[in-house]
Amino acid sequence: MSDTQNVLELRNVDKSFGPIDVLHKISLSVKAGEVLCLLGDNGAGKSTLIKTMAGVHAPTRGEILMDGKPVSFSGPKVAQEAGIACVHQFGGTFPLMSIGRSFFAGVEPTKGWGPFKVFDREKANEIAVREVRNFGITRIEDGDRLVGGLSGGERQSLAIARAVYFGARVLILDEPTAALGVKQSAHVLRIVNEAKRRGLAVIFITHQVMHAMAVGDHFAVLIRGSIAADFRKGDRTREEIADLMAGGESMIDLEASIEG
Amino acid sequence: MGAFVGMVIVFVIFAMFGFSRNFLSIAGFANWMNFASTVGIIAIPVAFLMIAGELDISTGAVLPASAMMLGISVNHYDLPMWLGIIMTFSMAASVGLVNGLLVTRTQVPSFIVTLATLFAVGGLTLALSDFLINNTNVSLQSPDWAKALFGTRYFGFRSAVYWWIGLIVVFWFFLHKSPWGNWVFAVGGDPESARNAGIPVNKLKIWLFILCSVCTALAGMCQVIQFNSAQSATFFNMIFFTIIASVVGGVLLNGGFGSVAGVVFGTMTLGIVQQGINYTDIDRNLSLLIIGVMLLIAVLMNGTFQKLATSWSSSKKED
Repeated sequence: MSDTQNVLELRNVDKSFGPIDVLHKISLSVKAGEVLCLLGDNGAGKSTLIKTMAGVHAPTRGEILMDGKPVSFSGPKVAQEAGIACVHQFGGTFPLMSIGRSFFAGVEPTKGWGPFKVFDREKANEIAVREVRNFGITRIEDGDRLVGGLSGGERQSLAIARAVYFGARVLILDEPTAALGVKQSAHVLRIVNEAKRRGLAVIFITHQVMHAMAVGDHFAVLIRGSIAADFRKGDRTREEIADLMAGGESMIDLEASIEG
Repeated sequence: MGAFVGMVIVFVIFAMFGFSRNFLSIAGFANWMNFASTVGIIAIPVAFLMIAGELDISTGAVLPASAMMLGISVNHYDLPMWLGIIMTFSMAASVGLVNGLLVTRTQVPSFIVTLATLFAVGGLTLALSDFLINNTNVSLQSPDWAKALFGTRYFGFRSAVYWWIGLIVVFWFFLHKSPWGNWVFAVGGDPESARNAGIPVNKLKIWLFILCSVCTALAGMCQVIQFNSAQSATFFNMIFFTIIASVVGGVLLNGGFGSVAGVVFGTMTLGIVQQGINYTDIDRNLSLLIIGVMLLIAVLMNGTFQKLATSWSSSKKED
């Protein structure tokens, strides 16, 4: 039952800022254990869409449903409590804090009583290291290490592990591979697969078709604020997707124009 | 760590030059510790704000304002001491609140906001003193209990030194042991992520601004009760002293990193160079130069320490 129900669904969502329409009639859905790849060129409205799902913006029209029930988030905090976690590039981690402290920022485990409650460093470190290692980052074994000493992929993994540990059911990943090298990206993609295996609904935003093809079950292409294409894995070829992202023009034409 | 080494080096050099001039005597030690205590009480909350990514330079005006307010209310209006103290703390807290609200509600950098309140409070202190008592200085006779608590000497050390030591313990616990300390670091490290993690960023900053002003008021009141008089002129040097103590103590200017112990050592180093120099053969005029060079070294070292810190564990593994 649960794997046929949509965890998060958008129905005909419009978003406009004053006279400017940014999103038109967006309908999307994502199930548990599924990766929805949201593709789109710069300026296609991806960030507005993310912010609408994460509770930062309220939709102008249309509705958002969680587990089939309409919801309206008054702010990002409310969306988070409902289980929607948004992980931005390098977001959610603090370079000059230890892994344990960073992992528990805002929800510190304490021991002791009254005004003498102290931050439980051992417990925080132990849980943080265990959770990250469960996601396959075995290079992390010391929770006192500073986050700034980790690689970009490891930091991203830490942020994802954190979101999952704190009860995320829908994971929105905002261009997690954009600034990473090939190996680091593979790392993050493995983590995306692991999250999916654990039954999370993942929304993966990227403009790298290769990365999307590697993990996605379901693809939506956003062009100028509307869904230009919505298809399942294997329905389209890589070239077709790339063409779609380029705004309907074919890549070949684009290449030709570059060469002049 | 670096701050401690720096202080030891400065101390040893000064001890060598000051051996014949009582630098190592209790009187010499107490002399610069007394100076350091005033700076130290203010420097730690200033460092908290710096770690949280903000700056408070209004301390230079809140210090004399507090001293004058206590002096005028008790000496001129014959209010009881305890009421004067409470009123002064409230005044300082409201300056902190204004700083905090302005910084969090507007996009104006805290440097500018507190620069504005520095001058506003400084000007108000002068004008009100002149208006109320026709004088920019006030003398104060404190009751014995207030003298004993805030303004006497024990073993050559002013009361403020003991307040400082007490506050060091409380602040160390706050920053390094309590969960709130974690928030301070997180807010300075990445405010957006901190907000997403559910940390009440604005509230925390406002409280830190209030803490900073209230501690400044404590330092100001200790001074007026100690010396039985207060001047209303803005004490611009205090701004530099507190920032220097923090930076020499290893606090990063752009936030996210620092320690209470570092700031304490930074303050003591400043005390030695600024005040302890009188007990050595080193020319007093050189103290500003030494402070300048020290600050420069500290800033350069902070970058290096930061790099070392982030790669600390991986280098340890190779041993």
